[in-house]
Amino acid sequence: MNLTRTVAVRLLVFVASLFAASIAIFLVVNALPGDVATAILGFGADPASIAELRARLGLDRPLLDRYFSWAGGMLTGNLGRSYLTNESVSALVAPRIGVTAWLVVVSMLIAPVVALPLGMLAAMKRRTWQGAAASTASQIGLSIPAFYAGILLVVVFAVTLRWLPANGYTDLVDATGRWRPVPFIQHLVLPVLSLVIVQSSVLTRYVRSAFIEVLSEDYFRTARAVGWTRWRALWRHGVRNAAISVVTVIGLQLATLLVGAIVVEQVFRIPGLGTALLSAVANRDLIVVQGIVMVLVFAVLVINLLTDLSYLLIDPRLRGRDAR
Amino acid sequence: MRRAGLWIGIVLVALVILAALVSLVWTPYDPLQVQPTQTLQPAGWPHLLGTDGFGIDILSRLLIGARTTVFVGVVAVSLAALGGVPLGVLAGMRGGWVSEIVLRVSDILYAFPALLLAILLAAAVGASTLTAMAAIGIASIPAFARVARAATLIVMTQDYILAARASGTSRWTISVRHVLPNIAAVLGVQASVSFGIAILAEAALSYLGLATPPPTPTWGRMLHDAQTYIFTSPIQALWPGLAIALSVLGLNLLGDGLRDHLDPRLREAA
Amino acid sequence: MSPLLEVTDLRIAFGRSRREVAHGISFSLEPGERLGLIGESGSGKTVTALAVMGLLAENAYVSGSIRLAGRELVGLRDSELAPLRGDLMSMVFQEPMTALDPTMPVGRQVAEVLLLHQHLGHGVARGRVIEILAEVGLEDPARVADAYPHALSGGQRQRVVVAMALINRPDLVICDEPTTALDVTVQATVLNLLDAALDAVGASCLFISHDLAVVSQLCERVLVMLDGDIVEQGTMAQVFNAPNHPYTRGLVATARLDAVTPGERLPTVEDFYARQARR
Repeated sequence: MNLTRTVAVRLLVFVASLFAASIAIFLVVNALPGDVATAILGFGADPASIAELRARLGLDRPLLDRYFSWAGGMLTGNLGRSYLTNESVSALVAPRIGVTAWLVVVSMLIAPVVALPLGMLAAMKRRTWQGAAASTASQIGLSIPAFYAGILLVVVFAVTLRWLPANGYTDLVDATGRWRPVPFIQHLVLPVLSLVIVQSSVLTRYVRSAFIEVLSEDYFRTARAVGWTRWRALWRHGVRNAAISVVTVIGLQLATLLVGAIVVEQVFRIPGLGTALLSAVANRDLIVVQGIVMVLVFAVLVINLLTDLSYLLIDPRLRGRDAR
Repeated sequence: MRRAGLWIGIVLVALVILAALVSLVWTPYDPLQVQPTQTLQPAGWPHLLGTDGFGIDILSRLLIGARTTVFVGVVAVSLAALGGVPLGVLAGMRGGWVSEIVLRVSDILYAFPALLLAILLAAAVGASTLTAMAAIGIASIPAFARVARAATLIVMTQDYILAARASGTSRWTISVRHVLPNIAAVLGVQASVSFGIAILAEAALSYLGLATPPPTPTWGRMLHDAQTYIFTSPIQALWPGLAIALSVLGLNLLGDGLRDHLDPRLREAA
Repeated sequence: MSPLLEVTDLRIAFGRSRREVAHGISFSLEPGERLGLIGESGSGKTVTALAVMGLLAENAYVSGSIRLAGRELVGLRDSELAPLRGDLMSMVFQEPMTALDPTMPVGRQVAEVLLLHQHLGHGVARGRVIEILAEVGLEDPARVADAYPHALSGGQRQRVVVAMALINRPDLVICDEPTTALDVTVQATVLNLLDAALDAVGASCLFISHDLAVVSQLCERVLVMLDGDIVEQGTMAQVFNAPNHPYTRGLVATARLDAVTPGERLPTVEDFYARQARR
């Protein structure tokens, strides 16, 4: 009973946040000083052309009107049409979502796999050199900008060793329908690695402190009294208990991961949402900017929602008073 | 051993600030003078870190870059603190629906990392140092609000607050005279962390060309330029990135060190 | 018959300063015997128990000898000691509210002992778990087995902990103040339960407490610890009727409040044994 209520509240907050975010995005793009039409045509253009462009792009309609037609359009998947090419924004965005998604999802999956054992090591052996080394490595890893890690990786693996390409992207399935896993993976290794280096460093720190807490808990001592060695006791009983704080961080980090991906796409010239966003900014194609930012924010809010809901799965205490 | 982190952090941060200050009066070479005959000189003498693709001394550009880094960081963090701390203290002191609203709004703001906000602003009004600072500052407000609120909640349970309220002190005076000094330490730690995040964000924005426009040297921009020469002179990319990493590392170590220093004392107070 | 547990000149120190908390403890425990260990907080009784189990913190230094069933425990690595825990020896801790993993049903936690040491499958183990949960006096053991710790009361959780300690029929059960954190009304029931369970399994018991009255209910012999030393050893009768050490005399007097004439001042330990200032 309580469970349904909790879920319902979360969903409501999600929808409200989505709404609020869309308003914020729209206002920043459209309500701040600076005329789009002038920017597109250049400052030397004559007023008549500017006025004509404004009318054609619908920029002379009242703000509220424009917001509702944009927001309403979004509900049907229509993000408007590019100011420059008149192409549907959704058509522009759709194929790129997959590309960015590959980058983000793979990084998100690999980072915890690296961070968990590293964090456990850092916690268990924190008074020895192994723990200190793990801790230091993570400290350095999160001080590096992801794009710098990317550039360094390019210098090592692409320039010096020539094992991997320095930039570019190949679809997993090319235009003729043929599967091309090897070049696909080759092009993704370094970008994903740059993101993973930073993400796993951040996660390691949280995993470490979560496990240090577990080490001091009574139930850890009970587990050892049952006969588990330290490592196995930590694994069997620590992981679930540490999971909550770690999952929180993963959720919070997603926004950071997304922006990291945007920059990394630039470093490696990967045709994802990031590069599309940045070229739209350069071209003052504001409707595209609006659309892509909305998509990104939507993704972040969805992940936050899922993270919230996953707590209910992990921690039985949060499920409400149904247990007694 | 544990204090080593704090001291390393202090030294690194001091170095960066020193570099920024020194750059105001002197640099080894002119950071803007293109020297077509001196391009891509290796590190050593006369150029300590070599020259870049335009023949400009890298060390000089790094020093100037420190200026932007420090400036943007300070302004952004100040903005975030000025916006977030009053909100957080208010939420902590009032509780109830005020607290709820602050939390919800900061949750929504969390979905907009600094970079995204900066990109939005740059798209709307054109990129500049100002948009970068404003975006990073605004994006860091929720962190300050949350920390301020949590710390205020702890302070509010203390006896001296009850005493102050019993003697009729106004809420405003309580917040300024009692709450703020006691949450200052925790806010200091957050400031250190946010500064580090600000530097990373500014570097990324500079790299993307969405912050301080050229020819002013910024570390991010230098990394971008270095990429052009990545096959001919890969070492170009090392220095600006190292500068960024060491600054952020210093700030993180400082923040951690401060937190560790405060922790046992925090527990005593509770 | 050789003793089950033989502790000789056990010294325990902590930290870089090697601060000693146990100064050469020696005692032995026969199979099936119940030995009480009395002392106040800081006397070293808990660290002695933890030393036997090998559960001391990593900055602890242990010297001397602890022989369990003839096997030397001091100096063993954790990987060598762990198989003995839950099998030859087990422990019941003081605080039941935090002793169990909050994210796992209690039945599974009890079953872990069997999974680990006897490699039983989940199905068979569950049967044994429900059996023992009933034996420790829990009503509706099947429901309890599927419950999470936060759904159980302190007394129920402590019974679960006792079940965990006994399910694998260990030779030695160490109890560290198992009833101190429980309500007074529940204390007696849990003590009776321990008594019956220990008999049923035939295990020895090292029972630690600060309360002489509680120890006298369960144990035949008792050790008295003070500031890291054993100051008295003997049967319950000996200790009660003819204590040697003044500190013991103080303990006995304060345990026998019913022997005080009404109107008289209640005795304290200090009346019998003036403590020097703590080092």
